[in-house]
Amino acid sequence: MKNWTIPIVLIVVCFAAYFVARHHRRANLSSGSQPGQLAPEFSLKDLRGQTIKLVDYRGKVLLLNFWATWCEPCRQEIPEFIQLQNTNPNLQIVGISLDDSEEPVHTFYNQFKMNYPVAVGDAGLARRYGGILGLPVTFLIDCGGRISVRHIGEVQIPEVTEEITSLLKSGSCLPR
Amino acid sequence: MKSQFRRIAILDLICCVLMGVTSVSAQATMRVPKDGDLHPASASDVPSGQLIQPEELAAGLRSAKSAKPLLFQIGFRVLYVQAHIPGSEYVAAGSSPTGAQQLRERVEKLPRDKAIVLYCGCCPWSHCPNVQPAYELLHGMGFTNVKVLFIAHDFGADWVNKGYPVEAGQ
Repeated sequence: MKNWTIPIVLIVVCFAAYFVARHHRRANLSSGSQPGQLAPEFSLKDLRGQTIKLVDYRGKVLLLNFWATWCEPCRQEIPEFIQLQNTNPNLQIVGISLDDSEEPVHTFYNQFKMNYPVAVGDAGLARRYGGILGLPVTFLIDCGGRISVRHIGEVQIPEVTEEITSLLKSGSCLPR
Repeated sequence: MKSQFRRIAILDLICCVLMGVTSVSAQATMRVPKDGDLHPASASDVPSGQLIQPEELAAGLRSAKSAKPLLFQIGFRVLYVQAHIPGSEYVAAGSSPTGAQQLRERVEKLPRDKAIVLYCGCCPWSHCPNVQPAYELLHGMGFTNVKVLFIAHDFGADWVNKGYPVEAGQ
């Protein structure tokens, strides 16, 4: 009987360590930001006064980009996003600016001729997306509204293009 | 009996390996910048002698003996509201005219040897537009004891996720 004790304790310890590690990782990011989970819903007015609702983009791959006008890596990737939006009708890009005020965002939006909706976000929204504790952060969300990838820092366009293509071919985007 | 014990031990080992693999593959979908992605810190003009590392600052803040510096977050408000170093004050982005004005007004009456630590964490160090103008401003005003917190990637990766003290709120 004693021979069984050690293996059973080992199994319990392994499971405990695994679940503690999982919880720790989630605690850092909080819920709602994990790949595979439904992207947290929100409703915001964009710079043109239109309402942006995440649910309205179901059926398209969504690229959700948290950025700010003064953030250099953000400024570098935005022209690439404009290009991506131009060439991918089944992709929708949405920008969430975390600038302190809306005024510079309007100027930037016009100056860069941004061709996708942009709204100004707040800390509540940032928290629901697992905490945006540095910029830029970009989420790829599949046609069913589930988070596929969370990119921290400037994205590599070839990599993100590949991910979008792969999502467009995935089950969530195929006609039923 | 011995062979039964061995079989169970092997089963345990397989369980642990499988859990490890699952854990690593789950992490693979979170694309976090690697050290190799870093631009050299020299891209910033803040003198290296004026930098303070996160672990050093965290240790100083925890120590009951050491005098606490005045801490200013010079990044963006949404970041500050989500998480900031306890006791730090928010000043608008160091690169903006508003930020410069607010910082100047806040420190104007302070003794020039006051210990001050500036931090941002908005983006990777070499891309941070905020720390250098704020440091230059204080330096130009005659402050002699100013340090800048070296945040290699961002505040989340280099402070919050390291378990250093944070608080949230306005």
